[in-house]
Amino acid sequence: MVEYRIDRHSGVATYVQIVQQTKQALRLGVLQAGDKLPTAREVVEATAINPNTVLKAYRELERDGLVEARRGVGTFVRRGLNTTPADSPLRAELDAWAVRAREAALDRDDVAALFTAVLDEHFAVPEDPDGRTDRFSRTDRPDGPVRHSRTDMQDRHDRHDLNPGDPS
Amino acid sequence: MTDTAMAATALGKRFGRRGGWALRDCTFRLPAGRVCAVVGPNGAGKSTLLALAAGLLAPSEGRVTVLGTDPASARARVGYVAQDKPLYPQLSVAETLRVGADLNPGRWDAETAERIVSAGDLDPRKKIRALSGGQRTRVALALALGKRPELLLLDEPMADLDPLARHELMGTLMARAAQYGTTIVMSSHVVAELEDSCDHLLLVGGGRVRLAGEIDDLLAAHTRVSTATGSTVPTPMDGSPDGAPGGLPELAPHTVVESRVTGRQLTALVRPAGPLPDDWRTSAPSLEELVLAYLRNPQAAPLTPAEPEEAAV
Repeated sequence: MVEYRIDRHSGVATYVQIVQQTKQALRLGVLQAGDKLPTAREVVEATAINPNTVLKAYRELERDGLVEARRGVGTFVRRGLNTTPADSPLRAELDAWAVRAREAALDRDDVAALFTAVLDEHFAVPEDPDGRTDRFSRTDRPDGPVRHSRTDMQDRHDRHDLNPGDPS
Repeated sequence: MTDTAMAATALGKRFGRRGGWALRDCTFRLPAGRVCAVVGPNGAGKSTLLALAAGLLAPSEGRVTVLGTDPASARARVGYVAQDKPLYPQLSVAETLRVGADLNPGRWDAETAERIVSAGDLDPRKKIRALSGGQRTRVALALALGKRPELLLLDEPMADLDPLARHELMGTLMARAAQYGTTIVMSSHVVAELEDSCDHLLLVGGGRVRLAGEIDDLLAAHTRVSTATGSTVPTPMDGSPDGAPGGLPELAPHTVVESRVTGRQLTALVRPAGPLPDDWRTSAPSLEELVLAYLRNPQAAPLTPAEPEEAAV
């Protein structure tokens, strides 16, 4: 049985986190074909998130053909995800490449940027069905540092009490 | 059975004949099965709205229906926990739950009520008056949930609770909603506390409903934009002196909730009325940003759905 961990400050929409964690469990073999996903009730009791968020995630997994909902019984895994075992030749090649990158004096960020660029070239960027991955995103403030210094103070005040003066 | 848990039409409440309006022109519809956050600053009218829905206050104008009928007729199917968690101080915890059982014949869910109380390690023999604020909240929620309500009205339910109890009781509430489709309406002035648990929002400010609807829809209706000043619309051709260098970008067709110019940059939260210019940078606001923008700008046009369908009475 998989257990979801919701990070409120990750900037990733909650239902996307459930989808990602389920897929990760499928990749790692923690979840296998025939396994039952926790019920919406079980997930929300443990995480205190809205039940519709769980159902939305499960619907998306169902659309991807990874799980199927059996009425009155639960949601079950249909198939695992292509996994690449730790000892596969692909991993060995990547490992060798990483060694060469380090020898070429690339640092971690350089390697990540390079890898992402090549990844984007060969694989389509996954499309969020709603085009709104960042529902609660706190990153990517286009309005820069001026606004930021303002919100720092404002946030501290507002988190205690949403009373920025008389609203009437 | 009705698919509307709660609906208000031009609902208003004034305390005393000369008193100010605590709530006015309140029109919205809450579909059944939603978890609704009632958010707004202190004194906005949140508690008044919940007390009207619970039938503890009579409207001064307009009307409110709950579960397809008037609040008084729906009372057996509605759970209400007031902000001050009124309980009988001289009764013990166990006696309080017995009162709940006696007052709700045929509906009482003793197992649920006892599970909520025992999760807080409460001694059933302890008197209510000896409990802390948070423990009293726990007993009040146990009473409300033990009633198996179809609609649960909670006024600032989480305010007294420690983070652990808050998470646990919110989980209990969500499990209830998942299993029985219970509609839950809860108020708070802390948006962050509710945003993961709620799917519907009522933003109340200055006695009026400023935003009402599904949270996803409300977020999708708004966009944060930023652009360089002067990038979109050239200086007026008539040569009239324009204060802003290069002229301000034209926000006009869109509904502006909030806008600000810093240096050469204009940032705004808008409800787009059509496609936005390509050279504007856009991003989706968070729920908290949306709520704060409306509260900071009381003159911003409210966004509430059209007239609610008349609930069948």
